[in-house]
Amino acid sequence: MKYVLLICDDETRSPSKEELKADPTHQAWEADLERRGVELFGARLRPTAAATTVRSRNGETLVADGPFAETKDFVGGVVVVDCADLDEAIEIAAGHLYAQWGSVEIRPVWE
Amino acid sequence: MTAPEHAVRAAVDAAYRDEWGQVVATLIGLTRDWDLAEDCAQDAFAAALATWPRDGIPSRPGAWLTTAARNRATDRLRRDTAGNAKLRQLAILARDQGEPPVGEIPDDRLRLIFTCCHPALPFEARVALTLRTLAGLSTAEIAKAFLTAETTMAQRLVRAKRKIAEAGIPYRVPPAELLPERLASVLAVLYLIFNEGYSDQDSRRALTAEAIHLARVLARLMPHEPEPLGLLALMLLNEARRASRTDDGVLVTLEQQDRSRWDRALIAEGVAVLDQALAMRRGGPYQVQAAIAACHAAAPDTASTDWPQIAALYAELARMAPSPVVDLNRAVAVAMSEGVPAGLALVDELARSGRLDGYYLLPATQADLLRRDGRTAEAQAAYEEALRLAPSEAERRYLTGRLNDL
Repeated sequence: MKYVLLICDDETRSPSKEELKADPTHQAWEADLERRGVELFGARLRPTAAATTVRSRNGETLVADGPFAETKDFVGGVVVVDCADLDEAIEIAAGHLYAQWGSVEIRPVWE
Repeated sequence: MTAPEHAVRAAVDAAYRDEWGQVVATLIGLTRDWDLAEDCAQDAFAAALATWPRDGIPSRPGAWLTTAARNRATDRLRRDTAGNAKLRQLAILARDQGEPPVGEIPDDRLRLIFTCCHPALPFEARVALTLRTLAGLSTAEIAKAFLTAETTMAQRLVRAKRKIAEAGIPYRVPPAELLPERLASVLAVLYLIFNEGYSDQDSRRALTAEAIHLARVLARLMPHEPEPLGLLALMLLNEARRASRTDDGVLVTLEQQDRSRWDRALIAEGVAVLDQALAMRRGGPYQVQAAIAACHAAAPDTASTDWPQIAALYAELARMAPSPVVDLNRAVAVAMSEGVPAGLALVDELARSGRLDGYYLLPATQADLLRRDGRTAEAQAAYEEALRLAPSEAERRYLTGRLNDL
């Protein structure tokens, strides 16, 4: 079985990478993952302020700033892409089947 | 070759208006660092004020300022270890340090304006960023223009710049397939800036001048696109009527405006710019709106206005950019060309649809048409409803006047 874990919070704390790295609980969790040998891919996302939401309706690409506001949409999958810039990510997102009735939220990975 | 103080001051002011956006755009292009670009542009203008009285005003102030800003950026990056990679990029251009570049400086302002107006940025951030980086308004000036606290506006600019960097918004003019959508965003930003200034009589007036200036730059940089010209024409034609729009703080409708106060030179320029756009034979909402404004501008009074033509243009606009406000304007034009009952029928239909609930111009338009039709009691009720919804003092005074005249 493969699982995608969606790590969620309300962004009020948003520790820096360094703070996260120094946190004992986080260190223990990472060590545990390594010991189990289970991690295929992991990425920390930039806060929602850096998010862009893409929808395709009748062949038109609709781009909105921020995360999709109507939270009736649930995450149904995760794809990680490595591309040139946001415009290319929008182009890729707009081509996904689900963009035609749902939405694809683009969140830059915190590198 | 010294220059007198006042001549330098005038030259720097002119350069600030004409070259600020270009200097910032070039520096962002080189360093991709928006804050650094703004700081170095600021330093370059300060250096101009300090050295031009001694050395004389350079023959090409823009090139001088760009070179000065670039040298400043090089200095700052040299002191910063993380700046080394950027420095290598800058080094290519720094070879001719101290002298203006040989050829023309490539105009980066188009890249800057499309990046500022990227749809992944919140709309109000696009407006603020455009005014800051292209027009060179200070954060305090932008905050004042939009009746926002300066700290809020500063936050908005910081967040927008951070998003550009973190989300990877490219610094470029979008490719052809994205151009129509992205250009629409740029035009909407410029038109909003204009309207913010236009709705206000004194304090924010400078915004209309900034918007017209930016529209001129955009039209010049995109000579094969008709809509930037259409927007410029629309702004010029509206600006021409500004002086007659209010009288002592009371709104004056088009019908009652003193047309001798309209600025004929602006109207002539607006019409010429519109003709240039229309000659490209690719219509668009700004060209249609400018054509409507031109119909009004050409008429000596309301009675001799070409209302059938205006009604047809509003119908075209409604097809291109559907909006209940456009439908309301069309209803007025229909009332003027086909008679009040035909117009009122359209307004009533709009009212029933509920699409303009709470918008004061709906009952105000109804009231005006009812008054023309001699239905005084109904007109009075509609004016009272409009008065209740009117957003500002100028409109309330106008409506009160109308109510008293019944």
